[in-house]
This record gives sequence, structure tokens and C-alpha cells, in this order.
Amino acid sequence: MTTDVTTAAGRGTVRRLAGSLHRRPRLRLALLLTAPLLWLTVLYLGSLAVLFVSAFWTTDSFTSQVVKVWSTDNFHELLTTPVFRQVVLRSVGVALAVTVLCALIAFPVAFYTARVARPRWRPLLVVAILTPLWASYLVKVYAWRLILSEGGLADWALAPFGLSGPGFGLAATVLTLTYLWLPYMILPIHTALEQLPDNLLDASADLGARAGRTFRSVVLPMVLPSVAAGSVFTFSLSLGDYITVQIVGGKTQLVGNLVYSNIELNLPMAAALGLVPVLVIVLYLLAIRRTGALNSL
Amino acid sequence: MHLSRTARIALRIGAGLGFAVIYVPLLLVLVNSLNPDRSASWPPPGLTGHWWSVAVHDSGARAAVWVSVKAGLGATAVALVLGTLFAFAVARHRFFGRDTVSFIVVLPIALPGIVTGIALNSAFSTVLRPLGVGLGLFTVIVGHATFCIVVVFNNVVARLRRTAASYEEAAMDLGASTFRAFADVTFPLVRSALLAGALLAFALSFDEIVVTTFTAGPGIETLPIWIFTNMTRPQQAPVVNVVAAVLVLLSVVPIYVAQRLSADTATSSRV
Repeated sequence: MTTDVTTAAGRGTVRRLAGSLHRRPRLRLALLLTAPLLWLTVLYLGSLAVLFVSAFWTTDSFTSQVVKVWSTDNFHELLTTPVFRQVVLRSVGVALAVTVLCALIAFPVAFYTARVARPRWRPLLVVAILTPLWASYLVKVYAWRLILSEGGLADWALAPFGLSGPGFGLAATVLTLTYLWLPYMILPIHTALEQLPDNLLDASADLGARAGRTFRSVVLPMVLPSVAAGSVFTFSLSLGDYITVQIVGGKTQLVGNLVYSNIELNLPMAAALGLVPVLVIVLYLLAIRRTGALNSL
Repeated sequence: MHLSRTARIALRIGAGLGFAVIYVPLLLVLVNSLNPDRSASWPPPGLTGHWWSVAVHDSGARAAVWVSVKAGLGATAVALVLGTLFAFAVARHRFFGRDTVSFIVVLPIALPGIVTGIALNSAFSTVLRPLGVGLGLFTVIVGHATFCIVVVFNNVVARLRRTAASYEEAAMDLGASTFRAFADVTFPLVRSALLAGALLAFALSFDEIVVTTFTAGPGIETLPIWIFTNMTRPQQAPVVNVVAAVLVLLSVVPIYVAQRLSADTATSSRV
């Protein structure tokens, strides 16, 4: 202690600072929290709040200038215009279809990787599921653009059956989104199946249940929360997407595209439209929370 | 569960198909980068390495890679600092609203990118424009850092929860100051979590397109934006193919590093 004080005054200051920090946990906490909290609340939540307040403003239709007068016109328009209602319903439908497709494809894959494959291979298979997550989002969409383009892989593969690929449109959008978010569904199901205790399955078999019955009465109820957890990703990521739709969707419009097309000319309307996926996602999260799935995220 | 032979075979086939669906598009991108033709028709008329050498010298793509690297490094640096501070606050202190705080940190990636994008865009233009600061690389970094904080936070907080605070207390009992205990005890314990978080943050930023679209100033073109604008130009298709192939090959790197760093970071989702 004495050497600290006598040899280096600088070091002494550092020590005093450390001491005073150690004695004041509240000060320590304040120092830790200030910067990240300011960033997230002022910058992020602040911008979000302003955006959603601006959903209650309007736009002068001649000058495209935002008029800062409180009104619910945008929401009225949103609810009464058939096109908007149609697009919102279509977006929710696409998100649900993607979720169901992901669950249907993910289940056999996860069942195989978690319970059928040799234990030695399982870690490698998990890596095989994870790797595509790191491949660029755009590249994966681009891959589907290549597959579905005229004369592409889909047309070539279906030609012997006298069929052709779906081309760009709603089906292509659903397919591509399913492909993009599939790993987010496989992983939680894989984890749940892996953690399923063997003795429960044995007990079910001892009580006379065949594989099908065990699956319905034991496996499925225990894995369902994980499906719900995976669906949070597949649903919310699909609902907000507009890039995929632009690349493979042809003329299809989802709610993200509507937001995008309104930004330049009518920001308040874009903000109101942007609130729609946010609200739907929050409602979805609340519904999912009742299943207890969020704890397994 | 005793599965019948048929069920096992069916599951094997199902899983095989599933993996085929996952990997065929990625392989297609690789093969297509060798396609001598500008169209994407299948099968390609031959194979050539010509476009790879063209792509290496493509100034637009090279500039875009550079912008993406700068944005990624900047966003990662900010996210590392803020995410780590946040993680220490949440893991080592009790305070009012702690759960809310850990919820706020997830919001930027939970909400659709377009919402975050236009919110930041209008905030930047109302706050920064009067100050004479336009959108540019700086605003991209700010936007990216906002949604990268969560991955650093998640990694560090998970590590801190598993390492008892008693190590630090022991160091201090032995006479180490707060800083000394951090440098000699806490930091080595969280180092690999920081690395994993940084890797995730960089990858997230490098791949991001939506928030970038709304926060990038004129002339700031990251690699995803470059791909997106060149994707529909037939003239540029071969170069886009090569860039896409490179990105597919590069996706193995973070998996490899994450596996080496620790088993649990690789499975923590990258959203």
C-alpha cells in the first residue's frame, strides 16, 4: 500500500477511484447503465415514439408536406380502404402459411437429428442446420430468384412431369420465406426432442401405447412450446419482410411494401401502416406467452 | 420410443429431403458463379472461372465490401461497449425495471426492420439536418449498433450468469482494486463471450439491408445494397453470382470460430 502512494501519484489516484467505486454500488450501476440506456431509450425508443405519434398526423395532398395536426384519418383510411385490408390479411396469411410450412418441414428433420441419427453424428447435424443461418439473407433470396426464374432449376426439374415452376408471385414469396426462416424452427424443436426423457417414452410403451399414440400423447405436447417459440421467429420475420417480396414476389404486395411505397409521399400513412405489423406481432407474442413458450427462447 | 423400421426409413428420407431443401439453393449459387452464360437457365451450358477474375476487379463490388467492413467494425465497436456495460449492470446489480431493460434491448431486432429503419431515418433528418449533418456512414453505424447491442448483451450476460461474482470478491479480498480484479479475473472469464458477441454483431451488420436502406446517405453503398441494386441488372448478373458465391463460402467461417469459442454461443440464435 505505501509503495503505491509514494512511488506513483497516478496510481494512487486510480486506487482511490477504485475504492470509491467499490464503496458506492449505486454509482457503479449508474456508470454502467447511463450510456446504453441513453442510446436505447433516447435514440431508439425516442425515434419510435415520434414515428408512431406521426401516424396521427396527416399529409397535405398537394405539397406532400406533413401537417402536424392530430387526427385519426390514417387509421380510418387503413380500416376502410379495401386494398389495405386485403394486404394486411394477405400478410398475416403469408406469415401463418410460412409458419405452418416451417413446422411441417422442421419436424421430421429435427426428429431425425435429435432421436434417429447416431449420437456421434448429432453435433455435426446441428452445425449443418446452423450454417445456412450465416449465409447472407440476400444471397438466399437471390438463390430462389435463380431457382424460380424462367428456365431455372424449378422449371427444369418439373419439366419431365409436364409442369413448370410457380414463377415469381405469392407462392414464390411463401416458399422463399419458408426457406429463410426454417432453421429458426428446426433448432428449438431439435433441442426439445433431444431433452425429451427416454423413460417417459418407455413408460408410454409399457402402458401399451404404440409409436403413433406415444407421439400424439407424449412427444407432441412436450414439443409444442418449442414449435411456438420457433413460430415467433418465422411469423414475425415474415410479417415485416418487404425485400423478399420485391425480389421474388412479382406484383405481390405485403404490408412492408405498402409502408415502403408510402415513405416518400406520405410518411404519416407509412407510420400508421408500420404500426400494423408491430401490433400483430405484439398480439402474437402475448398469445404465445400464454403457452409458456417464451421462457424456452 | 421404439420406432418401426418403416417409420425410421420415412424419417431418414424426410430429413434427407429437408437437408436437400436447405443446401440445394446454396450449392446452386456456387455452381452458378461458374456459369459462362448471363442467364440463370438450368443446366448451365458449361463452367468457367472467367467471372471470378472479372468480379475481383469490379470496383463497385470492392468499394461496397469496404464500406460494409467499415460499417460492421464501427457498429461492432459501439455494440461491444454498450452491450457489455448493459450486461454487467443486469447480471451484477439489482435495480428497479431490470426486466424491462432486458426487454428494450431485444426490441430493435424483434420489430420489423422497416419500422426501425423509418423511425431512425425521420429522427436523423429532424435532429441532424439542422446541425448540418446529413445521412452517411456514421448514421449507418448508429443504426446497426442499435440492433447489434442485443447479441453482445446476450452472450456476455449468459457468461456472467454462469460465473459467480465470488471470483471477483476473492480477488478483492486478496487486495486487488476494482480495476485490477476486472483486468485479471473478470475480463479473462468473459473474453470468449465478448469475441463471440463481436462476431455475431459483425455478421449481423454485414448482412443487414433494411435499416441500412433508410440510414445510409447518398453514395454510401454497403455490400447488401450493392447486391440488391445489381441483382436485377442482367449486365451485372455474373459479378453478383460470384459475390453471392463468396458470401456462401464465407458463412462457414463464423460457424467454425463460434464452435471453437464455446459450444453454447454457436447455438445461441443470431437474430
